[in-house]
Formats: sequence, C-alpha cells, structure tokens
Amino acid sequence: MAGSAIEVAGLAKTYGPVVAVESLTFALGSGRVLGLLGGNGAGKTTTLAMLMGLLLPTAGSIRVLGEDILRHRYRVLERINFSSPYVDLPHRLTVYENLRVYGGLYGVRGIKARIQKLARDLDLEGFLTRPYGRLSAGQRTRASLAKALINSPQLLLLDEPTASLDPDTADRLRTYLRDYQKASGAAVVLASHNMLEVERLCDDVIMLREGRLFDRGAPAQLITKYGRETLEEVFLDMARGRSQL
Amino acid sequence: MSGSLWGSVRRVGAMIERYVYLLKGSWPRIIELAYWPTMQIILWGFLSEYLVHHSSYLARASGVLLAAVLLWDVMFRGQLGVSVVFFEELYSRNLGHLFASPLRAYELASALFVISLLRTLIGSGMAAVFAFWFYHFPIWRMGFVLVAFFMNLLIMGWAIGLVVAGLVLRYGLGAENLAWAAVFALAPVSGIYYPISVLPHWLQMVAEALPAAYVFSAMRALFFHHIILVRPLWEAAALNGVYLALGLGLFLRTFHNARLHGRLLNLGE
Repeated sequence: MAGSAIEVAGLAKTYGPVVAVESLTFALGSGRVLGLLGGNGAGKTTTLAMLMGLLLPTAGSIRVLGEDILRHRYRVLERINFSSPYVDLPHRLTVYENLRVYGGLYGVRGIKARIQKLARDLDLEGFLTRPYGRLSAGQRTRASLAKALINSPQLLLLDEPTASLDPDTADRLRTYLRDYQKASGAAVVLASHNMLEVERLCDDVIMLREGRLFDRGAPAQLITKYGRETLEEVFLDMARGRSQL
Repeated sequence: MSGSLWGSVRRVGAMIERYVYLLKGSWPRIIELAYWPTMQIILWGFLSEYLVHHSSYLARASGVLLAAVLLWDVMFRGQLGVSVVFFEELYSRNLGHLFASPLRAYELASALFVISLLRTLIGSGMAAVFAFWFYHFPIWRMGFVLVAFFMNLLIMGWAIGLVVAGLVLRYGLGAENLAWAAVFALAPVSGIYYPISVLPHWLQMVAEALPAAYVFSAMRALFFHHIILVRPLWEAAALNGVYLALGLGLFLRTFHNARLHGRLLNLGE
C-alpha cells in the first residue's frame, strides 16, 4: 500500500498458552488516525508495543514508515513516538530536563525553542521547572504528551491519552491532538476506552476482542452497521457478545 | 542520522545529562556518594594507626590498609554506579520511553559507565582527600600506576554491575539486593587486605580468575617492595576485557529477552 505509515500482517503474540494478539492484519495510511478499541486485555497495548519494537511478536510482520520494524527498528524510531499512562518519565527530573533529555535522544535541533513551543501549546509553561513526580495526573499526561511530540513524529502512538483527565482538560487535549495531526500530517494510532474520543478523533477503528480482530471501519460506518446510535453502544454489544456478525 | 557514530554519541550524551540532572538535583545523593567511603576511611585509618605501632608487617608499609580500602571502594562504587543508576529507570518506570526512542541498549550501558566513573571520582575522591587531610596519606603519591589500579578495579565493577542490571531486567526489582551483595561475595577472594596465598588452594584458583586479586597483589608489591609490577596489571586488564564482554553480552541478552516477554513496559516499582 503506497503511502502507508503502518502495514501489519498476521501479527500474533502469545505467552505460553495465553493469546495476547492473534492474526492481526491492518494498514494505516499516512496522515490518518486509527483507533484501537477494546476492553481490558483486548490486546491494544500489546499491539502498540509491537508497533514500536518494544515487544517482539510471536508471528507476523510489521512495516512502519516503510521499514521492517523487526529488522530495522532503529531506522524509524527517530520518526515515531508514543505516550502511555503506564510508562512514566523520571520523577526527579523537571519537565524541562526530561524534555531536554528526550530531545537529545531523538536528535531534535533547536531543542529550547521546541520545548517552549510545546509548553505554550500544552499549557505547561508554569510547570517546566517542576519535577515530573510533583505534577498532578493531568499535568503528567500533558508532560508525557509533550515528550511524545518532542521530535514532531510522523507516527504518533497514543495509549489512552486522556485517561485520568478531567473533561475540560481532556477536551482541550483532543482538540490539540486533532489540530496537530491535521497541521503535521502525522499518522496516529490511538488506543482508548473512551468511545467519544475515538468517534471524534479517528478516521478508522479496529475493534479488538480477546486479542482478535472483531471488526473494523470508520466510526460512522460501524454505528450504522450495528444499527446503533453511538460507538459506545457498538462497543458494549461487542464486549457483551450481543453483536451478530 | 540515528545510526551514525555522532548519533550514538549524542544519545549517550543525553543519557549522561539525564543522570547528571539526577545527581545535581539532590544534594543528599552527592553527600551519600562520599559518606560511606569516608566512614570506611575513618574506621580503617584509626585501625591502621594502631596496627602500625603493633605490627611489624604493617610498620613496613604504613598506608597499605588505607590504600586497600580506597581501591576496594573504587570497585564497589564502580559497580553501584552501573547497577543502582540503572535501577533508577525501573523505579521511575521509564524503560518503555527510553527504548521506544532510538537509544540502543549498549548506548545506555556506555552512559552508565561514564556516570559510574563520575560518581566514583566524587565518592572515592572525597575519601582520598579526607585520608590525606586526616591521616596524611596521599594516595596519589603512588603515581601513574594508581590510574592502572583505578581503571582495572572500576572496569571489574562495571562488569559486575552489568550482570546485576541484567539479572534485575530478567527477574525484576526483587533481585536488586544483588547490587549490594555481589561485590562483597568477591571480597574474601580478592586479596584486598592479605595475599591470596593465605587462601585454601581451590580458593586461590578462584582468586586468580579475578582482576582485583592482581591489582591488590601489585599494590602490596608497591608498598612493601617499592616496585611496580606491570605484568599483573596487564593480566587484570585482559581478564577485565573478558568479563566486561561477558557482562555486556548478558545485559544485551536479557534486554532481548525483555523485548520477547514484554518486560520493558511492565518493569518498575
């Protein structure tokens, strides 16, 4: 597929008898936003980890930004980034210090200006000199997102980016992400439990259940297909086994 | 380019910057670096002064005990500088972010070596200054050979530190006490305060496989006979080359296994 940010074929991950992901095949075009939808243990975080090469799959192939991630992950890691509430930044370093360090790791030029811009965009200016460990949950999420955007990634992987945020902050963040994505043309993979967020941000959705692909399509298509009014209702049908496929 | 030598240097530099931030952001950490070696020097300094007047063996080479304490501390600090600093990434649940970046595992190890050197220079350096100020023992009077002693012990500490870091990567933070226990397990057979000839024969063979035993043997030759034995220092260096390669190999292997078993995202407090 020309212009693909991600091409995944036959992806599987098992831990002994436990199947985390099975036979997953999908592609994501450049500049598109893909939602990974599923309950706890559906395989969303596992899939994201395999896309970054943090986790080695049991089977299947993954191409990210045109490179085989299993063989040449270091050719693309400078051009992707991620944020997750399950991975922290060093607590004792200030937000500014953390961003400087990650700027160095990603080879960002003009790091001071980049940090200032992200701090303005994400309302972090008042917290740059504060240790990450002393931030509130919402501030941490924004700092983590600033780290994820430090290298202006062509592919952004977001694991529950608005978890633990109040509705106002979450809404601002979604607006920012949508604006950033449109302005930069980056491809985004968004794993989330928040159906409203997925409906609002994603062009396409992959629904996962117990590590397997359950269904896929644009949010509006899925709602129509299942005869529901919201994606949340579709999700509940899938989670409770009420969907007829 | 992420794959270039310059890219590698930049990433190692970024990690060193991260650890320097950690160090300078907490004065108790800097004090702690010097606290234990200085306490050791105080204790062994008084003991040394007492023994010099009551032991003909030590009277021939005053300062040998203090030199042994200071050099042993180099190895201990060197090991902690790698393993404990690596634990910081686990305490802060930061491994996932680090290895989602272009940072290679061997680049992280390189940064740990540099920060270990810095921490050892601070900790052991302050203790050495204290030994001079309080007991009039200038360890730097050993001359250039001190650098050979220092580097051999430091590198042996790095090799042990990598093994400990690898085991923690494999078994989680439950194995972190190995960082404190690993070096002390080698102390009896390293010939720090006595020649390894006093050990049972089978333990002498173990001691001969340790670079530290050669260093302390050369140190005693310097103090008691005023000669610099070059050969044992080369033997120590050769052994260190082997152990460092093995330590790095184990660390990289456990890193690969961590990717296989999904531990890079899960390891932490």
